Amino acid sequence: MPQAPDALLPAPELSAPIGPGNVRREGHSKVTGNALYSVEYQPDQIGATEPILYGAAVLSTIARGRIAAIDTKNAQAMPGVRLVLTADNVPRQSPWGPLNAPVRFARSQPVFFDRTVRYFGEPVAFVVADTFENATAAADLVSVRYEPLDASIVLKESGGINPAPLHGGKSADSRTGNFDEAFAQSPHQIDVRYDTPYQNHAAMELQGSLAHWKDGKLTVYAPAQIPDAMQEGLAATFGLPKDRVRVVARLIGGGFGGKLPYFSDSVACAIASRILKQPVKFSFTRQQMFTATTHRPAVLHHVRIGVGADGHIHALAHDVVSQTASFDNYLDGDTMGAKGLYRADAIQTTQRIARLDLPRSDSMRSPGDASGTLALESGIDEAARLCGLDPVEFRLRNDTQINPSTGQPFSSRHLAECLRQGAEKFGWSTRRKRREGEWLIGYGVAAAMRDNMLRPSSAEVTLAPDGVLVARLAMTDPGTGSITVLSQIASEAMGIPLDRVTVLIGDTDFPPTAGSGGSFGAESAGSALYEACVALRGALQSKAEVAAGTHLHFADGALIAGDRRYPLGRLVGAAGLTVQGHTAPGMEAKRYAEATFGAHFVEVAVNAVTGEMRCRRMLGAFAAGRILNARTARSQALGGMIWGLSSALIEGNVVDPRGQFVMRDLANYHVPIMADVGAIDVMLLPEIEPVANPIGIKGIGEVGINGAGAAIANAIFDACGVRVRSFPITLDKLLPGLPTLT
Amino acid sequence: MKSFSYMRARDVTEATRAAQRPGSKVIAGGTNLLDLAKLSIERPSALIDVNRIPGLKEIRRLPDGGVRIGALVTNADLAAHPLIREHYPLLSRAILAGASGQIRNMATTGGNLLQRTRCVQFYDTSDRCNKRAPGSGCGALDGANRMNAIVGGSASCIAVHPSDMAVAMRILDAVVETTDAHGAHRRIPIDDFYVLPDAAPQHETVLTPGEMITGVSLPAPPQGMQSYRKVRDRASYAFALVSVGAIAAVEEGHFTRVRFAFGGIAPKPWRIEAAEAALRGKPRNAQAISTACDIALAGAAGHGDNDFKIALAHRTLIAVLGA
Ligand SMILES: Cc1cc2nc3c(=O)[nH]c(=O)nc-3n(C[C@H](O)[C@H](O)[C@H](O)COP(=O)(O)OP(=O)(O)OC[C@H]3O[C@@H](n4cnc5c(N)ncnc54)[C@H](O)[C@@H]3O)c2cc1C
Ligand code: SF4
Repeated sequence: MPQAPDALLPAPELSAPIGPGNVRREGHSKVTGNALYSVEYQPDQIGATEPILYGAAVLSTIARGRIAAIDTKNAQAMPGVRLVLTADNVPRQSPWGPLNAPVRFARSQPVFFDRTVRYFGEPVAFVVADTFENATAAADLVSVRYEPLDASIVLKESGGINPAPLHGGKSADSRTGNFDEAFAQSPHQIDVRYDTPYQNHAAMELQGSLAHWKDGKLTVYAPAQIPDAMQEGLAATFGLPKDRVRVVARLIGGGFGGKLPYFSDSVACAIASRILKQPVKFSFTRQQMFTATTHRPAVLHHVRIGVGADGHIHALAHDVVSQTASFDNYLDGDTMGAKGLYRADAIQTTQRIARLDLPRSDSMRSPGDASGTLALESGIDEAARLCGLDPVEFRLRNDTQINPSTGQPFSSRHLAECLRQGAEKFGWSTRRKRREGEWLIGYGVAAAMRDNMLRPSSAEVTLAPDGVLVARLAMTDPGTGSITVLSQIASEAMGIPLDRVTVLIGDTDFPPTAGSGGSFGAESAGSALYEACVALRGALQSKAEVAAGTHLHFADGALIAGDRRYPLGRLVGAAGLTVQGHTAPGMEAKRYAEATFGAHFVEVAVNAVTGEMRCRRMLGAFAAGRILNARTARSQALGGMIWGLSSALIEGNVVDPRGQFVMRDLANYHVPIMADVGAIDVMLLPEIEPVANPIGIKGIGEVGINGAGAAIANAIFDACGVRVRSFPITLDKLLPGLPTLT
Repeated sequence: MKSFSYMRARDVTEATRAAQRPGSKVIAGGTNLLDLAKLSIERPSALIDVNRIPGLKEIRRLPDGGVRIGALVTNADLAAHPLIREHYPLLSRAILAGASGQIRNMATTGGNLLQRTRCVQFYDTSDRCNKRAPGSGCGALDGANRMNAIVGGSASCIAVHPSDMAVAMRILDAVVETTDAHGAHRRIPIDDFYVLPDAAPQHETVLTPGEMITGVSLPAPPQGMQSYRKVRDRASYAFALVSVGAIAAVEEGHFTRVRFAFGGIAPKPWRIEAAEAALRGKPRNAQAISTACDIALAGAAGHGDNDFKIALAHRTLIAVLGA
């Protein structure tokens, strides 16, 4: 594959394009149950002398209206109850918002600040007691009288508004060329509507916090994907300077975007801890997670594709309406694929939001792209079939090295290689659509793309006289492997063996980072750490007073200059040496379009009698820049692909007539189990990203989900000739299209 | 969840007496009861743990060629037992089609028969539900009802009985053996054991307060191919949309003997003997099977989200009984 010459590659001291597959450094502690999560700390582990109190939440049972009265008498009278927090007694907090804050996750988020109910399952009271059981039993006895109002809970195309005014006038729409004209003149036209459902966060670790207010300073232990944003948000909520709030997020039991925002759990615990002068902890129950946190919004998609006789896309439009809460402005980026995947003379995208009386929608793994590509990549398959072209060939024919909607060249784009090499490995050209007994076998393909972004981040490294390197940064590891890849970067950049490198993360006392999310985590924090190492190398080099022009490198814990070897520890004083590094998007970000690419190939079986669908085989091929760690990267890709499968076949919530999510536990809210997955494989193509960042990587945490579901939908159509345009494709939607039995 | 007292019963007499008191509940594997208690759907004030009662964990061959299964035999042990695998493969398969390995290790025969519905409104204490809160209405009839019943329900409840095991037992003409608080024993054919909701969906069985299941006996298996097929939303670990259990004997392309029942579509395992009779002597083809299915599902009606179950039940029965 084409690759920039070696000399130009970033960070040559890091391992070759596909790094080693080191196991996760904290993995053993997790699988043996020794790892401590936020709400598991004991008083002595947080420097508390008093016991920890327990909270329990009461949620609203109407979608919109007012709280007429809350009767807490019975709850107060229960054994062990210390506090019942409601709108009647909550202390003053800053107002919610602002809507258009520069960092959405750092907004002020007061709890119980008025008597308005905004959605079904909104926290309206918080009970604190000496034990979990007492708190929970008392919460059952809080009685709330509501004055309900009519609620708007159904997502409709007509309900969409232009979100620009809610985003400081910034439009999310795009327009290149004249779509209407180009579409009208296209000999082949696809004009279809898809819908993608609500999906709820169902990470293993529940959302919860442990708050400890001590000596005028608040410390919150919480699974925050971006500790710095949470710190800023809590400081804003309580009107405190940032240095009086500390957020600790050492381990996170799954984030997936659900822990980018912070929630009422931390605010309520903080208030209670301040009042009661004891640490307070609380975790939403699994059922409460479904409404009291955030979800992926349902989206209505209108996809239009006009194709010329030569198989070139002339016109492409993706118009969406997605749900947001009545009081919020969250915009799912569903049209990003349409803006960047294919060359087209005219591209039009519009994004509208419907502000409904439902819980808040917000980020979920590959926000926007995950839903957007379900629709877009299904539409592309429909277009390929309409022109009688192989869907791999159709995508290759419309590939581009220039971002069609911005005109920027891609810094690195190997979509074609992913399609070709993936097809080769999968056996695409020899696939055989067929029937095996009751089962109809079909094949599908889809492309994947996820924008790459570098976010400002910093890191600090300290080299001790014993040669041990400790890195500190407020980065997080939501189970992705951040700790492991950061350790590798520091180890490789400094030539210090991995077992002499410690990476400490998840604490706002450390230098700020962008945290984990949007596939920017490893890139941003990793670049900052790399820069810190480069600075440390410079400092060590000057300490060694190496003569100018001497060839030098760092290996085996030493600086090697010509034939001289300086053990690193000896170059620093008794106090060790500490330096910082920083990264931020540079000019390249403006000149280039940056994205990770991939291609999915799947084989499905559809039962012609019952409509059951099984994914037999999945292959994802990805070009995601330098792969720091082949194992953790593969895991990210696998996880994404399985979620794509989930979105295609299994996962999605519905809203009942009261505005309540119907599925609120893991027995009903289905995600794939092992038996659903079948054979699954990941191909990581060697690629080093030349411009985006100093370490040559791109995000890989999300690209796996994009397109994976569409590949399955396309394979289902291939197998049985039924195109279901409403996700997930459950068998009740497929059945009407299957032939009757005779 | 409200506080409760806990008692470990030494024998059936002690258990039934204690369980007779209002608010008391027998606990076996706890895989259903504890979940419901945590959500305040069941609010027991006393739990009577029957797990230590001796003699209820046996599977025994009966002189008439049948078997007797103790109430505390776990679903895992029952499914794996050689007698069951050899003579009642339908029962093994039905059990293994349910829940997960971990749950089946805990779940018991008695508890499985008495597990409550999975109707989502039943699980949501903020919603109407005549079964959970008699007289409050039914949130499923005009709400989300994809998992609900198409036959056997009433204007007050359209809940499904979720057990796979019970479907197999219904086909096998199981008899539920009980002992009540006065020491009286009953042998209740499984079809009479469950009652349809009518106006009082809170009553699901004919058990009297305190009456305990001690075991289930199965007569010798009828001849024929046994099968169990469960159609669900994912490959495993999901309740049935529709399941079909069957025992069929075919000679020269014609059904000589056939039994079948559905799960996932009714408040109890749904077996209509008249539908089976209609198949006897009939050619083994989709049309004959479909006609029998029409009889079994007479009066079936969807409620919106679950309309598809009527067609799915037909198709699944054809898949199971067809050539
Ligand atoms: C996530 C999940 C998925 C599941 N999936 C399936 C599935 O696909 N198919 C399926 O069939 N089942 C499924 N189940 C249900 C499971 O089979 C039942 O929970 C289990 O069989 C109940 O048995 P138990 O012994 O744990 O009952 P318990 O929870 O102990 O008791 C259940 C009820 O029976 C009563 N009881 C128990 N034993 C006796 C007795 N001897 N006499 C009188 N009363 C008694 C209790 O008082 C209680 O009311 C699932 C459960 C879970 C949690
Ligand atoms: S169907 Fe039955 S269990 Fe479900 S809500 Fe209605 S009454 Fe309750």
